[in-house]
Amino acid sequence: MSEHIAPTRTEAFEKRLKQRYAAEKRFKMLGLGAILFSVIVLAFLLITMSINGIGGFQRVELTVPVDFTESGISGDPSTLSQSGAIQNLEAQGLPEVIEFFASQALGDEGASEISSEAWREVATAVIEDPAILRQSVVFELPASADLASAYRGEGDPETRELAQQLEAKGLIGRNFDTGFLSRADATDPQQVGIWGALKGSILTMIITLALAFPVGVLAALYLEEYAPKNRWTDLIEVSINNLAAVPSIIFGLLGLAVFLWIFPNYRSAPLIGGMTLALMTMPVIVISGRNAIKAVPPSIRDGALAIGASPVQVVFHHVLPLALPGILTGTIIGMARALGETAPLLMIGMRAFVATPPDGFTSPATVLPVQIFLWSDEIDLGFVERTSAAIIVLLLFLLVMNGLAIYLRNKFEKKW
Amino acid sequence: MSPTILLLLALGLGLAGWLAARARAWSFRSQSPNGRLASLPSYHAWYVALWTVIPVVLFIALWSFIAPQLVTQSVLADPAAADLPAFDFQRQTILNEARAVATGAANGVFNQEADALVEPYRAAISHYRLIGIGATLAIALLFGSWAFLRLKPDFAARTKVERAVMGILLVASLVAILTTLGIFVSLVFETFRFFGMVSPIDFLFGTHWAPDPMANAANPDGSRYGAIPLFWGTIFIGAIIAMIVAIPLGLMSAIYLTQYADPRWRAWLKPALEILAGVPTVVYGYFAALTVAPFIRDLALSAGMSNPSSESALAAGLVMGVMIIPFVSSMADDSIAAVPQAMRDGSLAMGATTSETIRRVLVPAALPGIVAGVMLAISRAIGETMIVVMAASTAANLSVNPLEAMTTVTVQIVAMLTGEGSFDHPATLSAFALGFVLFLVTLGLNFIALRVVKRFREAYE
Repeated sequence: MSEHIAPTRTEAFEKRLKQRYAAEKRFKMLGLGAILFSVIVLAFLLITMSINGIGGFQRVELTVPVDFTESGISGDPSTLSQSGAIQNLEAQGLPEVIEFFASQALGDEGASEISSEAWREVATAVIEDPAILRQSVVFELPASADLASAYRGEGDPETRELAQQLEAKGLIGRNFDTGFLSRADATDPQQVGIWGALKGSILTMIITLALAFPVGVLAALYLEEYAPKNRWTDLIEVSINNLAAVPSIIFGLLGLAVFLWIFPNYRSAPLIGGMTLALMTMPVIVISGRNAIKAVPPSIRDGALAIGASPVQVVFHHVLPLALPGILTGTIIGMARALGETAPLLMIGMRAFVATPPDGFTSPATVLPVQIFLWSDEIDLGFVERTSAAIIVLLLFLLVMNGLAIYLRNKFEKKW
Repeated sequence: MSPTILLLLALGLGLAGWLAARARAWSFRSQSPNGRLASLPSYHAWYVALWTVIPVVLFIALWSFIAPQLVTQSVLADPAAADLPAFDFQRQTILNEARAVATGAANGVFNQEADALVEPYRAAISHYRLIGIGATLAIALLFGSWAFLRLKPDFAARTKVERAVMGILLVASLVAILTTLGIFVSLVFETFRFFGMVSPIDFLFGTHWAPDPMANAANPDGSRYGAIPLFWGTIFIGAIIAMIVAIPLGLMSAIYLTQYADPRWRAWLKPALEILAGVPTVVYGYFAALTVAPFIRDLALSAGMSNPSSESALAAGLVMGVMIIPFVSSMADDSIAAVPQAMRDGSLAMGATTSETIRRVLVPAALPGIVAGVMLAISRAIGETMIVVMAASTAANLSVNPLEAMTTVTVQIVAMLTGEGSFDHPATLSAFALGFVLFLVTLGLNFIALRVVKRFREAYE
């Protein structure tokens, strides 16, 4: 019996069907390709930053044994506990002592390549533990920027040769730089740290949170719970939606024209930066807050009203506590965006070189993204690694904040 | 005078008022015949606390604006200030230095003239600090005790507190309008100052951009303020190159995630895409300048181009496109998901393959939403600053070659305002005019996009 073939399944039909299935497959692969491309770019970005950044957490150090027993520096505990202790040690000739032992260990050429501020680290160690003044101690002191780049294989041949000689003697090496997290900006990549910028970021974020969170939550409550539907509330709504989409640099222009006009003395202070970023963050908090408040079921409000609560009590005793996890998620996301923001802060003058960590909301400061921007402009190759290391710290902070937001969302997600 | 200390003082006084009023309200409770008050004790407490804190906070806001000017006035009235130079700029520098030393922000003076002013500054600052603290205390005590004396067992504290709360809520929601107004007024004001010096026609239609911050401010050369190359650079980088990258990749990602991907994979891939949107733009800028731009330059060199620029429009545009992918994909995701399932099922039932259904049915039906998403993405791309500041150049260039250096509106705003120029110079003021154009354009794009989305959403309901 011959095989029964459906009259429609002609050869041309089969061919067309094959083409259509091939097109289907191609389309699907295209989609997969698109998403894989994005993921690969992200992975490439993170891996490049990590590879560069690992070097940024280290620095090139020279090994210098110092025998304090012969130095004649007096470690009187009463002078060392005072604020001028470092100056006191300088006056007693600590820098010269270090120089002497350095040239003994490294030779005159090597000693001249110790970073000029290295003795301060010894001084700090002495102040922390004056007992080492009666001992012989081996210090790992930062090399100069020139020697550090020579050790990496760049720079002029003479210094490179010196670096090789020192390496042969085992006197030079890359060590984990604990000070990177505790120092502030400097001109020498061997001496820089991010604590100054980190502290500036923290102070700025405190101001931003203190202004944007209450204002944002209260505005969301008003618009969602009490606002009458009229032209005024429409205007408020439209301006909040528009503000959420205004480019950040425009907020910088606003801060420059308004805040710096009101407070001309607080240029580049966390106070002004925080106020500028608060205006930018507030719409994000309002929008997410309104969604969270909308999600609270009306039966809760009705129940509270039915037992005699006033409208203000309904909102503050019942609606707000239930909506708070959702509001917090939105707030954390808004704060993460503010933490990574650079452009508005450049506008209001937070791009200055600040070598000491800020000690208050009104002292000059820089923030982490601006520090990254400033370092990225430096010509010295040592700064490339430092910049990547600072980026890693910034990304870690953002990761923690976003993780917290996701955790809160999952933990408090409710189906009513 | 640091406002922080005054604010802490105000909050402390408010807390004291709160505690005192609550104690008083409790004592009313025992006095009144039936042991009941018109309001709970905590409302009495809030009533007094609000009356203490709000006037003081208003005073502090005003005082931190006035006090520095009073300090400067009194220093200028000091005999030591008599021989200050009359030049405004120099005079300001000396005053700033003296203040920095007096407040401890700097260790020593650079100008010798400033030395004599340090002591008057110190005296004036501590004088006005005392006045500030005294006034804060006086105001808090005055208003707080007035409110405290009003408390009675039948005092309707709750109604008053709730009225104040409603007022605070209204004020909070007005901040958005005030901010919008502030942006608008400050930009318009500075833009008009700029247009007083340079004609708007030169600015909007000129093709040569080379402001000179050192040139004579009184008589600027209008032909150097032609912003067309900046507008072109912005559109070329943000709306053309970035969108060539972002639209296909974003759209295809959204289609794959909604139509094909296994739910388990989707749970991982979607957050991975969202991370791209959460990376700070300064990191993208660094990546573009350090990795992408040199790579493109090497590519151009090996393709036989002589002397390609190390800062190219292509590098900035490509990286910006990658940054924009998640915006396009999440908007496309939403609007494809909003297409009714019946339309999809109908197409599949007719024998169409999934890809045919997507191309012929889902995407056309979701098109308004996708277009709106693209417009939002463009407005974000043209307002983006750090990527272009770090990867594009500051040289204005009217060209269609993506390998050439180009500059954008945002780059020029940063360049003009971070220089050394004074605030009365047209080069500095041009930044505000550029900002105003940027503000209007992004606002227009967002407005249209939101309108489109709103209309489209109603179509299937």
